[in-house]
Amino acid sequence: MSTTNKPIKTTSRPGRTLAILALVLVAMASLVFIQGSTSVRLGLDLRGGTSVTLQPRIAPGDEGKVTSEAIDQAVSIIRQRVNSLGVAESEVAAQGSGTNRQIVISVPGDTGRRVVELVGQTAELRFRQVLASASGIPAAADAAATPAPGVSAEVNAKFAALDCTKAENLQGTGVDAPTDTLVTCDRAGGAKYILAPAEVLGRQISKASAGLDTQAGSAWFVSLTFNNEGTSAFAALTARVTSLPEPTNQVAIVLDGLVVSAPRINEAIPSGSAQITGSFTQLEAQDLANVLKYGALPLAFDRGEVQQVSPTLGADQLNAGLLAGALGLLLVVVFTLLYYRALGFVTVGSLAIAGLMLYLLFLLLGEWIGFTLTLAGIAGAIVAIGVTADSFIVYFERVRDEMREGRSLRTAAETGWVRARRTILVADFVSLIAAVLLYVFSVGGVRGFAFTLGLTTIIDLIIIFVFTKPALVLVSRSKFYNSGHPLSGFSPKSLGMAIAKEA
Amino acid sequence: MSKFSGLGGRLYRGETSVDFIGRRRRWYMVSSLFVLLSIGALAVQGLQLGIEFKGGSSFTVTTQSPSVTDAREAVEGAGVTGEAIIQILGDDKVRVQTGSLEQGQNDAVQDALAAKFSVDVSTIDTQIIGPSWGKEITRKALYGLFGFLFVVMLYLAMALEPKMAVAAIIAVIHDVFITVGIYALVGFDVTPATIIGFLTILGYSLYDTVVVFDKVRENTKSITSTSTKTYSQAVNLAVNQTIVRSANTSIVALLPVASILFVGAGLLGAGTLKDLSLALFIGLIVGTYSSIFIAPPVLAQLREKEPAMQALAKRVNARGGNSGEHSASPVAAAAVNGRGPRNQPKRKGRK
Repeated sequence: MSTTNKPIKTTSRPGRTLAILALVLVAMASLVFIQGSTSVRLGLDLRGGTSVTLQPRIAPGDEGKVTSEAIDQAVSIIRQRVNSLGVAESEVAAQGSGTNRQIVISVPGDTGRRVVELVGQTAELRFRQVLASASGIPAAADAAATPAPGVSAEVNAKFAALDCTKAENLQGTGVDAPTDTLVTCDRAGGAKYILAPAEVLGRQISKASAGLDTQAGSAWFVSLTFNNEGTSAFAALTARVTSLPEPTNQVAIVLDGLVVSAPRINEAIPSGSAQITGSFTQLEAQDLANVLKYGALPLAFDRGEVQQVSPTLGADQLNAGLLAGALGLLLVVVFTLLYYRALGFVTVGSLAIAGLMLYLLFLLLGEWIGFTLTLAGIAGAIVAIGVTADSFIVYFERVRDEMREGRSLRTAAETGWVRARRTILVADFVSLIAAVLLYVFSVGGVRGFAFTLGLTTIIDLIIIFVFTKPALVLVSRSKFYNSGHPLSGFSPKSLGMAIAKEA
Repeated sequence: MSKFSGLGGRLYRGETSVDFIGRRRRWYMVSSLFVLLSIGALAVQGLQLGIEFKGGSSFTVTTQSPSVTDAREAVEGAGVTGEAIIQILGDDKVRVQTGSLEQGQNDAVQDALAAKFSVDVSTIDTQIIGPSWGKEITRKALYGLFGFLFVVMLYLAMALEPKMAVAAIIAVIHDVFITVGIYALVGFDVTPATIIGFLTILGYSLYDTVVVFDKVRENTKSITSTSTKTYSQAVNLAVNQTIVRSANTSIVALLPVASILFVGAGLLGAGTLKDLSLALFIGLIVGTYSSIFIAPPVLAQLREKEPAMQALAKRVNARGGNSGEHSASPVAAAAVNGRGPRNQPKRKGRK
């Protein structure tokens, strides 16, 4: 707003303004060219795919509040699960604000049911003793040769065959029954483990935080505190494993079936508060603390909305949207040409420039912020044709009013602008408020609508300031428009004036 | 067309004047009637809420031979009890809407439909809405609505005048009421897309009102220092001066919306485009009406209560018939239109 708010001097140099606009457009076009974004990214409703909206809630049986960190954690857990599908351009994002956010998962193509089953389950945190570990690559021969003590041959074979570099093995969910021995990977896929049945559960954690130990050379650590149950369980676990050989003296922190961290236990910890140290960066320490906090109060996910769109319907919707847009544009152009005659060309030009700018922005925003065009977004853009043309009408009518008061077209183009500018700014700002609030208070498709509506309102402001107005000023200097010709849109007759003013 | 623009000139100079302010009772009556009808329709029939608000599943099969009976057999075969709404959309789609189902049941219905119409499961377009989801989006929509009204009122109070903000908001609430009422009355489906439509109307309806009020502000800037027009007369002149503009902006806004409605309803049968544009279409018409017939009279009434404006009205009246030809006072304007005397006593009777 602030940039477009500045008044343009009324002794304007329309040629220069138009040249700047042309430069900006060329710059945008070359940016598009350099980035190689050739087509607008389409939403799933236009190209087919599955989208699931989840509402995070406290898991049944637990008490407490959903925190913002827990939702962030849930997003990263679900992202981990969705990435395991290996579908390009899958997206997991939280939408909305604060603790009322929803998690929106979009996966293009035909994965419908798998996505739905995958994302709905609660992710649990558990502490398990490490029985064996190896690097993530399958090394069948030597791993099978050294079976870990107390592990069945079956589990051992599974462990040997596990390939943690494959996306599908980093999914986690559904393999994590607390009483089972677990064969799994770490989150990044760099290591694999055989883990004993869970002895301490995430819900038995009461506190977790990341801290900085300034004495020991500013090392980041994570401290955690257990509740009563957890204290005794953790004491028993640590007392048993501390004297065991590597790697059985490690306790793995397992979230959603995947190992987040597997610290070695240096001593029995009967007090119920422990510290995890290591070469953590600040980010790593905070991340681990967040995982532990999340584990203390895991979230359940209510399935809010599931939408599966086949590519056929997607294509239909895209075509319908484009057709509606073309038709709407055509109708507006015909109307303005009929009503404003030659003056309508200024409108048509403005709409064309606005359309071009919008298209370039779609391309650029697709690249920069992952903007995708949805059906609701297309609708927003079409509705905006009306809003944009409205601004021109407000300006033109104002100019005609000025001429009715006896001013020449040349003067009226300037004085009318000063008065129309205010009206347009106030009215467009109201549209902008509507768009912003719609965006903040909504989820999914509605957001797409609000986004394009807001974007086009801003474009409208830019266009009317740097194209429509200078163009009209240029036009007002031409003979044809000043002649009061019946087709110019400024004829005395169409203005309803009895006496023609001097040409 | 040029005849119409000629009218614009006459309206601008006040040669032709329609008395919007003086006849406000008439517009208020019309609007109250509609608002009452809306409340009645809402109370009796309520809104026809889509599955997005109630929770449920919707399956759309694209097939050469859409058939309601086949679809019903498939759904019943899949073990879904309770009411399923089955509709043919366009000429190659059949849509099944059920209540809330378990994930397993959803899969079963998909499989049964795919088998019945011999299509691949992945070509069935599915929408599943959790039972609590509706409350969530309704709550958000309401937050959006109140947030919008509040912020816009503050903004308009700053950008224009506080009383203009009040009048504009009254007009907007009027628009929402009537639009929602029409939905209840006709029984159109209300979906989230409809809600977007409703919320967008708010912005749109205000656009026209802002254009009118901006002109009012200009006309009344130094009104108290003269004694040629009362505030109401100045407002009336402003409405007349901007009416061509309002008509044009409304037509131009309606054209794209109409084309979405036409394409959305005609080609796709149902869905986001139709729901959104229908709400916009109705709302735009109501919004244009209110920006001319409701917002300005309300503003005039609010401002005429101020002592300064009353003093002005006294001065103008004392000058007598001087301003008669452009006057917006009920008597004079009614005389211009040649049917005042008959209306006068009636109006008194309504008081």
